[in-house]
Amino acid sequence: MQTNFTLAQLADPDTAASNQVLRTCVHCGFCTATCPTFVLLGDELDSPRGRIYLIKDMLESGRPATEEVVRHVDRCLSCLSCMTTCPSGVNYMHLVDHARVRIEQTYRRPWHERGLRALLATVLPRPGLMRAALIGARLARPLAAFIPGRSMPAQRLRALLALAPAHVPSPSAIEGARVHAAIGPRRGRVALLAGCAQQVLDPAINEATIRLLTRLGVEVVVARGAGCCGALTHHMGRHDPAMASARANIEAWCREADGEGLDAVIINASGCGTTVKDYGFMFRTDPLRAQAERVSGLAADITEYLARIGYAPTRAAPGLTVAYHSACSLQHGQQVTAQPKALLRQAGFTVVEPAEGHLCCGSAGTYNMMQPEIAGRLRARKLANLEATRPDVVAAGNIGCLTQLAGGALPVVHSVQLLDWMAGGPAPAALAGVSHD
Amino acid sequence: MIAQPAPKRDVLARRDSIVAGLRALLPETGVIAEALRLKPYETDGLSAYRQVPLAVVLPETTEQVAAVMAFCHREGVRVVPRGAGTSLSGGALPMEDSVVVGLMRMNRILDIDYADRCAVVQAGVTNIGITQAVQGRGFFYAPDPSSQLACMIGGNVNMNSGGAHCLRYGVTANNLLGLKVVTVEGEVLEIGGAHMDAAGYDWLGLLTGSEGQLVVVTEVTVRILRGPEGARAMLAAFDSNEIAGACVDSIIASGIIPVALEFMDRPAIHACEAFAHAGYPLDAEAMLIIEVEGSVAEQDDLLEKISQICRKFDPISLKISQSAEESLAIWKGRKGAFGAVGRISPDYLCMDGTIPTSRLPEVLRRIGEMSMSYNLQVANIFHAGDGNLHPLIMFDANDPASFEKAEHFGADILRLCVEVGGCLTGEHGVGVEKRDLMGVQFSETELEQMRRVKSAFDPGWLLNPSKVFPLKADAA
Repeated sequence: MQTNFTLAQLADPDTAASNQVLRTCVHCGFCTATCPTFVLLGDELDSPRGRIYLIKDMLESGRPATEEVVRHVDRCLSCLSCMTTCPSGVNYMHLVDHARVRIEQTYRRPWHERGLRALLATVLPRPGLMRAALIGARLARPLAAFIPGRSMPAQRLRALLALAPAHVPSPSAIEGARVHAAIGPRRGRVALLAGCAQQVLDPAINEATIRLLTRLGVEVVVARGAGCCGALTHHMGRHDPAMASARANIEAWCREADGEGLDAVIINASGCGTTVKDYGFMFRTDPLRAQAERVSGLAADITEYLARIGYAPTRAAPGLTVAYHSACSLQHGQQVTAQPKALLRQAGFTVVEPAEGHLCCGSAGTYNMMQPEIAGRLRARKLANLEATRPDVVAAGNIGCLTQLAGGALPVVHSVQLLDWMAGGPAPAALAGVSHD
Repeated sequence: MIAQPAPKRDVLARRDSIVAGLRALLPETGVIAEALRLKPYETDGLSAYRQVPLAVVLPETTEQVAAVMAFCHREGVRVVPRGAGTSLSGGALPMEDSVVVGLMRMNRILDIDYADRCAVVQAGVTNIGITQAVQGRGFFYAPDPSSQLACMIGGNVNMNSGGAHCLRYGVTANNLLGLKVVTVEGEVLEIGGAHMDAAGYDWLGLLTGSEGQLVVVTEVTVRILRGPEGARAMLAAFDSNEIAGACVDSIIASGIIPVALEFMDRPAIHACEAFAHAGYPLDAEAMLIIEVEGSVAEQDDLLEKISQICRKFDPISLKISQSAEESLAIWKGRKGAFGAVGRISPDYLCMDGTIPTSRLPEVLRRIGEMSMSYNLQVANIFHAGDGNLHPLIMFDANDPASFEKAEHFGADILRLCVEVGGCLTGEHGVGVEKRDLMGVQFSETELEQMRRVKSAFDPGWLLNPSKVFPLKADAA
């Protein structure tokens, strides 16, 4: 596609990178078909091709972001379904990331939006604050019914409270930096991204991951200094905090890799995995570039790593049908599609997939709090498609999806919890009411 | 930039009142009129041509379309219908004084009748959406344009779209039973229906392929077919485009009609392989994708006969797909071919001429020669069995001279198609792209007769008027 940047604009490495992305796009329109917001809203402006056009215009003109551009870019889930579909190989992720930074730098949002975004950017990446906030939100949940009006702030407040779990888990006994030794002869050594929000919302996921890996003979390090991957702030266009989080992780994992060595950096929240795998690009003009690329190269989703080292169940098949929900960050962001299903089948489950599996469930990081109406419609659509497969349980590889899909008719668990269970771990708590052989 | 008819000054001057009038007819989100939000609607799949419209409307029902049409007719406002905006001939290119009627919100399947094998769908349902709705019961909708993932059935009707499998199943016109349309005056008409061959004149035949110039299509009744017992694709790789072209003609001349017979040359093979990882032969100059259907025995028999013919042309390799996944990847590459060319060139013009298959070797050779003399690369990806060429001329839109050269090169290819007894357009429509070449194919008398047909439906020339016909000297 034709672009109109001046040489001075192209001297900026971010603009130069976006120019390359735009030049790859041939405007064929394939991406519109698999974009959740286009499917729901039926407007070119809410499709990848329309957003690419709006972003192109914003970047070329050099003008500050306007309300119209912000509205349509904000509605993008960053599910990256368009990237799976695109025959030309347009890197929409890098383009929309750049646009979000530009919006954050040049557009002043209404006060309530600024407040909410600052709150989320502060609380979510910090487990202590997050836990306190969840307890507060749980207590305030009954008040949601009394928040009047259909205004965006009212909708968002209700969505925030609705997402608070009825039960806030206590901190896990294994929380914090430490080394979990392999059981039996050591076959490998990995760092685990312990993450931020996930270990508060569902500490059982990290517990299952560590149990399973150590049982398979892998030493698991939760490295000192590593924390939030930076995805949450990155997707809000908050460049500096995102880079700071990423930098801390890169340094922590490189210390481990240079020390006792690392075979992989394991990520069990695929939203984080997509970002860690992109560290190399994020630091492309930074002195830390080589280390960032090294970390991106080491990063692996838990299912990728298990497929690599081999997995076998030790329990008899439970006779359960699992509907596998392919998180967007896993299937589109990382193009990991076969391994989770193959592992679940190996574990003895019957695996089914919902119709419209390529469409997002509406979670998308903070999207379900910032865009509750669209997120709610996507959730209902996803749950209906999942329920139509008549499964016993839904499994997914990303905490965002798990939170979004919880509270429906079906129990929802992380895939690794099922794999751990079949390899000798405890049955996931969510399956308490499900009968199995 | 392509010439457009002069905008109506009085319409531009009344912009605000026209937009207000439209807002009164549609839900709040159904009217787009801010300059910034109109810009993404300035073009379609042919992004070299661009024009921001006066407004865009996104109706959700036939009634809303009718209300918009009646209003625009009363106000003398030009209307450009738009589906998914995937046209490769600029069929949805707006005019400065036009209202774009986007049908993508009309995306519901209204009725499926398995007993009588037909489906009623709104115009904004995607082509593949129809198949997806019926495949659970073993049915499919046959015409399969390569953009079938995104393109919409209303646009398919207006362009009489084809596709790889049309060699066996025919194009859109052959798979259509009925239409609900809105006239330029805003009247709703129903034509045909869930039965073969409507009584009276073949209005369906007249409206199919009318490029949004006669009516706005809002609902379509299509034939759905029971899927074949099975299908298998094979890849045949050759040393040159001409040899592959000769092989195509030999297959067709033998009387065997595969369900699909597709051609790709070296640049296309490489671009598509990078996208689809289908195992295409990267050492070949040209490749044919040949698909057959039926029982396993039928498939084996046909594939053997086709292989025998291919062997006469010294193929580099012949490879029969061994699994459903492999066939899927083979087709994923072919269907994504145009977009995949974006990997090797920032821009392309996609031509769409047809020729008699016996002339394939000669025409492919001459396209190669032109490519040398224009010094522009070409990727050839096309429906070979139908003789429907799609040379993609690669250029760089950031270099105006290269675009101008590409346009001339394209025009030369289409003149060649007509010269050897073919036609300007196979399935993409004339649009704005081939408008000025219509004189190569038709005499002025013939064009005038066609203009009379348009005038009968649309005396004021309000519906998509800048397309199909060369602009008259006084119009621009």
